[in-house]
Amino acid sequence: MSLHLGTNSTYKKTITASTKNLSDVRNFVAQHATSHGYDKQKIADIRLAVDEAITNIIKHAYNGDENHTIEIEVTFKKDRICIELLDTGTTFNLKSFPEPNIKEKIKQKKRGGMGVYLIHSLMDDVSYGRENDANKMVMCKYRN
Amino acid sequence: MNTFSINQRSELGCTILDLHGELDAHTASELESVLQDLIARENLRIVVNFDQLDYIASAGLGVFMAYIEDVRTEGGDIKLSNMNKKVFNVFDLLGFPALYDIVDDESDAIDKFSNS
Repeated sequence: MSLHLGTNSTYKKTITASTKNLSDVRNFVAQHATSHGYDKQKIADIRLAVDEAITNIIKHAYNGDENHTIEIEVTFKKDRICIELLDTGTTFNLKSFPEPNIKEKIKQKKRGGMGVYLIHSLMDDVSYGRENDANKMVMCKYRN
Repeated sequence: MNTFSINQRSELGCTILDLHGELDAHTASELESVLQDLIARENLRIVVNFDQLDYIASAGLGVFMAYIEDVRTEGGDIKLSNMNKKVFNVFDLLGFPALYDIVDDESDAIDKFSNS
Protein backbone atom coordinates (compact mmCIF):
# COMPACT_ATOMS: atom_id res chain seq x y z
CA MET A 1 0.00 0.00 0.00
CA SER A 2 1.40 3.41 -0.91
CA LEU A 3 1.40 6.23 1.60
CA HIS A 4 0.65 9.81 0.57
CA LEU A 5 2.27 11.55 3.48
CA GLY A 6 2.46 15.30 3.38
CA THR A 7 0.43 15.84 0.24
CA ASN A 8 -2.93 17.57 0.00
CA SER A 9 -5.41 15.20 -1.58
CA THR A 10 -9.18 15.41 -1.86
CA TYR A 11 -11.72 12.66 -2.49
CA LYS A 12 -15.40 13.22 -3.16
CA LYS A 13 -18.51 11.10 -2.99
CA THR A 14 -22.21 11.92 -3.34
CA ILE A 15 -24.88 9.64 -1.87
CA THR A 16 -28.65 9.60 -1.70
CA ALA A 17 -29.92 10.32 1.80
CA SER A 18 -30.57 6.75 2.86
CA THR A 19 -29.20 4.79 5.81
CA LYS A 20 -28.51 2.03 3.25
CA ASN A 21 -25.46 4.07 2.22
CA LEU A 22 -23.93 4.45 5.68
CA SER A 23 -21.58 1.49 5.35
CA ASP A 24 -20.38 2.69 1.92
CA VAL A 25 -19.52 6.10 3.34
CA ARG A 26 -17.77 4.58 6.35
CA ASN A 27 -15.70 2.37 4.07
CA PHE A 28 -14.95 5.22 1.66
CA VAL A 29 -13.54 7.41 4.44
CA ALA A 30 -11.74 4.54 6.20
CA GLN A 31 -10.11 3.33 2.99
CA HIS A 32 -8.58 6.74 2.26
CA ALA A 33 -7.53 7.26 5.89
CA THR A 34 -5.80 3.88 5.79
CA SER A 35 -3.91 4.70 2.61
CA HIS A 36 -2.82 7.97 4.22
CA GLY A 37 -1.32 6.10 7.16
CA TYR A 38 -3.83 6.83 9.94
CA ASP A 39 -3.74 4.34 12.81
CA LYS A 40 -6.55 1.92 13.52
CA GLN A 41 -8.02 3.73 16.53
CA LYS A 42 -8.14 7.06 14.70
CA ILE A 43 -9.79 5.39 11.71
CA ALA A 44 -12.38 3.80 14.01
CA ASP A 45 -13.09 7.24 15.53
CA ILE A 46 -13.41 8.86 12.09
CA ARG A 47 -15.72 6.08 10.80
CA LEU A 48 -18.06 6.56 13.75
CA ALA A 49 -18.06 10.37 13.60
CA VAL A 50 -18.91 10.35 9.88
CA ASP A 51 -21.63 7.74 10.41
CA GLU A 52 -23.23 9.78 13.21
CA ALA A 53 -23.11 12.99 11.16
CA ILE A 54 -24.64 11.39 8.05
CA THR A 55 -27.29 9.64 10.17
CA ASN A 56 -28.26 13.01 11.67
CA ILE A 57 -28.56 14.59 8.23
CA ILE A 58 -30.74 11.72 6.95
CA LYS A 59 -32.99 11.64 10.02
CA HIS A 60 -33.19 15.29 10.99
CA ALA A 61 -32.12 17.61 8.15
CA TYR A 62 -33.99 15.53 5.53
CA ASN A 63 -36.50 13.96 7.94
CA GLY A 64 -36.05 10.52 6.37
CA ASP A 65 -36.91 11.68 2.83
CA GLU A 66 -34.56 9.75 0.53
CA ASN A 67 -35.08 12.09 -2.45
CA HIS A 68 -32.10 14.17 -1.44
CA THR A 69 -28.37 13.91 -1.64
CA ILE A 70 -25.42 14.42 0.67
CA GLU A 71 -21.99 15.44 -0.61
CA ILE A 72 -18.95 14.13 1.18
CA GLU A 73 -15.49 15.55 0.65
CA VAL A 74 -12.44 14.13 2.39
CA THR A 75 -9.30 16.24 2.38
CA PHE A 76 -5.92 15.17 3.70
CA LYS A 77 -3.70 18.03 4.84
CA LYS A 78 -0.18 17.59 6.09
CA ASP A 79 -1.18 17.06 9.69
CA ARG A 80 -4.89 16.20 9.58
CA ILE A 81 -7.88 14.74 7.80
CA CYS A 82 -10.94 16.95 7.25
CA ILE A 83 -14.35 15.71 6.21
CA GLU A 84 -16.85 18.14 4.78
CA LEU A 85 -20.54 17.25 4.54
CA LEU A 86 -23.04 19.28 2.52
CA ASP A 87 -26.82 18.95 2.65
CA THR A 88 -29.73 21.15 1.63
CA GLY A 89 -32.11 20.13 4.43
CA THR A 90 -33.32 21.89 7.54
CA THR A 91 -30.65 23.79 9.43
CA PHE A 92 -30.05 22.83 13.05
CA ASN A 93 -28.30 24.81 15.68
CA LEU A 94 -25.60 22.42 16.79
CA LYS A 95 -23.72 24.87 18.95
CA SER A 96 -24.36 22.88 22.11
CA PHE A 97 -23.45 19.27 22.62
CA PRO A 98 -23.77 18.34 26.27
CA GLU A 99 -22.85 14.86 27.46
CA PRO A 100 -26.14 12.96 27.20
CA ASN A 101 -27.63 11.73 30.47
CA ILE A 102 -28.21 8.12 29.47
CA LYS A 103 -29.86 7.20 32.78
CA GLU A 104 -32.48 9.90 32.28
CA LYS A 105 -33.03 8.92 28.65
CA ILE A 106 -33.61 5.29 29.63
CA LYS A 107 -36.19 6.37 32.20
CA GLN A 108 -37.99 8.50 29.65
CA LYS A 109 -37.54 5.82 26.96
CA LYS A 110 -35.88 8.37 24.76
CA ARG A 111 -33.02 7.66 22.48
CA GLY A 112 -30.92 9.77 20.20
CA GLY A 113 -29.10 12.94 21.10
CA MET A 114 -25.92 10.93 21.37
CA GLY A 115 -24.53 11.45 17.87
CA VAL A 116 -23.53 15.10 18.17
CA TYR A 117 -21.82 14.45 21.50
CA LEU A 118 -19.92 11.53 19.98
CA ILE A 119 -18.81 13.58 16.95
CA HIS A 120 -17.36 16.27 19.23
CA SER A 121 -15.70 13.64 21.45
CA LEU A 122 -14.13 11.77 18.53
CA MET A 123 -12.96 14.65 16.32
CA ASP A 124 -10.57 17.51 17.15
CA ASP A 125 -12.36 20.37 15.34
CA VAL A 126 -16.00 20.54 14.31
CA SER A 127 -17.64 23.51 12.62
CA TYR A 128 -21.02 24.25 11.09
CA GLY A 129 -22.02 26.83 8.56
CA ARG A 130 -24.36 27.76 5.78
CA GLU A 131 -23.02 28.13 2.25
CA ASN A 132 -24.95 28.70 -1.01
CA ASP A 133 -28.22 27.47 0.55
CA ALA A 134 -26.55 24.35 1.90
CA ASN A 135 -25.62 23.24 5.41
CA LYS A 136 -21.93 22.64 5.67
CA MET A 137 -20.30 20.68 8.43
CA VAL A 138 -16.55 20.25 8.61
CA MET A 139 -14.85 17.92 11.05
CA CYS A 140 -11.12 17.40 11.32
CA LYS A 141 -8.85 15.04 13.19
CA TYR A 142 -5.12 15.42 13.59
CA ARG A 143 -2.81 12.61 12.60
CA ASN A 144 -0.85 12.86 15.88
CA MET B 1 -22.74 -4.45 1.54
CA ASN B 2 -23.90 -3.58 4.97
CA THR B 3 -23.80 -6.92 6.70
CA PHE B 4 -25.58 -7.54 9.94
CA SER B 5 -27.23 -10.66 11.30
CA ILE B 6 -28.47 -12.07 14.58
CA ASN B 7 -28.46 -15.70 15.69
CA GLN B 8 -30.58 -16.80 18.61
CA ARG B 9 -29.92 -19.70 21.00
CA SER B 10 -30.97 -20.85 24.46
CA GLU B 11 -28.52 -21.66 27.25
CA LEU B 12 -29.59 -22.58 30.80
CA GLY B 13 -32.80 -20.56 30.67
CA CYS B 14 -31.19 -17.56 28.98
CA THR B 15 -31.66 -16.36 25.43
CA ILE B 16 -28.35 -15.58 23.76
CA LEU B 17 -28.29 -13.20 20.81
CA ASP B 18 -25.13 -13.48 18.73
CA LEU B 19 -24.61 -10.28 16.76
CA HIS B 20 -22.58 -10.39 13.56
CA GLY B 21 -21.29 -7.57 11.37
CA GLU B 22 -22.08 -3.88 11.66
CA LEU B 23 -24.87 -2.32 13.72
CA ASP B 24 -25.87 1.17 12.55
CA ALA B 25 -28.99 3.26 11.88
CA HIS B 26 -29.82 0.99 8.95
CA THR B 27 -29.49 -2.37 10.71
CA ALA B 28 -30.70 -1.36 14.20
CA SER B 29 -34.34 -2.13 13.32
CA GLU B 30 -33.45 -5.80 12.94
CA LEU B 31 -32.16 -5.98 16.50
CA GLU B 32 -35.16 -4.00 17.67
CA SER B 33 -37.67 -6.48 16.28
CA VAL B 34 -35.81 -9.44 17.79
CA LEU B 35 -35.83 -7.77 21.23
CA GLN B 36 -39.50 -6.82 20.92
CA ASP B 37 -40.31 -10.42 20.07
CA LEU B 38 -38.38 -11.78 23.08
CA ILE B 39 -40.12 -9.34 25.42
CA ALA B 40 -43.54 -10.24 23.98
CA ARG B 41 -42.79 -13.93 24.65
CA GLU B 42 -41.53 -13.03 28.14
CA ASN B 43 -38.04 -14.30 27.47
CA LEU B 44 -36.44 -11.71 29.71
CA ARG B 45 -33.09 -13.25 30.56
CA ILE B 46 -31.26 -11.89 27.57
CA VAL B 47 -27.53 -12.05 26.87
CA VAL B 48 -26.24 -10.17 23.84
CA ASN B 49 -22.93 -11.62 22.64
CA PHE B 50 -20.88 -9.05 20.69
CA ASP B 51 -18.01 -11.36 19.80
CA GLN B 52 -18.66 -11.19 16.05
CA LEU B 53 -19.83 -7.56 16.01
CA ASP B 54 -17.25 -5.37 14.28
CA TYR B 55 -18.90 -1.98 14.59
CA ILE B 56 -21.62 -0.12 16.48
CA ALA B 57 -23.06 3.39 16.08
CA SER B 58 -25.28 5.23 18.56
CA ALA B 59 -28.43 4.00 16.79
CA GLY B 60 -27.42 0.51 17.96
CA LEU B 61 -26.97 1.69 21.54
CA GLY B 62 -30.37 3.37 21.31
CA VAL B 63 -32.05 -0.01 20.87
CA PHE B 64 -30.70 -1.21 24.22
CA MET B 65 -31.80 2.05 25.84
CA ALA B 66 -35.36 1.65 24.59
CA TYR B 67 -36.03 -1.76 26.16
CA ILE B 68 -33.86 -2.15 29.27
CA GLU B 69 -36.37 -0.48 31.59
CA ASP B 70 -39.26 -2.74 30.49
CA VAL B 71 -37.15 -5.87 30.83
CA ARG B 72 -35.86 -4.94 34.29
CA THR B 73 -39.31 -3.95 35.53
CA GLU B 74 -40.46 -7.47 34.70
CA GLY B 75 -37.54 -8.99 36.63
CA GLY B 76 -35.24 -9.70 33.70
CA ASP B 77 -32.14 -8.03 32.30
CA ILE B 78 -30.25 -7.46 29.07
CA LYS B 79 -26.60 -8.30 29.74
CA LEU B 80 -23.89 -7.53 27.21
CA SER B 81 -20.80 -9.69 26.67
CA ASN B 82 -17.68 -10.36 24.59
CA MET B 83 -17.24 -6.83 23.21
CA ASN B 84 -14.08 -6.01 21.30
CA LYS B 85 -12.18 -2.91 22.39
CA LYS B 86 -13.54 -0.67 19.62
CA VAL B 87 -17.16 -1.55 20.35
CA PHE B 88 -16.68 -1.25 24.12
CA ASN B 89 -15.13 2.17 23.59
CA VAL B 90 -18.40 3.51 22.14
CA PHE B 91 -20.43 2.22 25.11
CA ASP B 92 -17.79 3.65 27.43
CA LEU B 93 -17.80 7.12 25.83
CA LEU B 94 -21.50 7.39 26.64
CA GLY B 95 -21.27 6.06 30.19
CA PHE B 96 -23.06 2.75 29.61
CA PRO B 97 -20.80 0.64 31.89
CA ALA B 98 -22.40 2.29 34.94
CA LEU B 99 -25.91 1.43 33.77
CA TYR B 100 -25.60 -1.91 31.98
CA ASP B 101 -24.10 -5.22 33.00
CA ILE B 102 -21.21 -5.54 30.53
CA VAL B 103 -19.18 -8.72 31.12
CA ASP B 104 -16.10 -10.25 29.49
CA ASP B 105 -17.68 -13.54 28.59
CA GLU B 106 -21.15 -14.87 27.86
CA SER B 107 -20.73 -17.51 30.62
CA ASP B 108 -20.33 -14.73 33.23
CA ALA B 109 -23.70 -13.31 32.19
CA ILE B 110 -25.37 -16.74 32.34
CA ASP B 111 -23.85 -17.34 35.80
CA LYS B 112 -25.22 -14.02 37.03
CA PHE B 113 -28.70 -14.92 35.84
CA SER B 114 -28.42 -18.39 37.43
CA ASN B 115 -27.39 -16.87 40.76
CA SER B 116 -30.04 -14.16 40.82
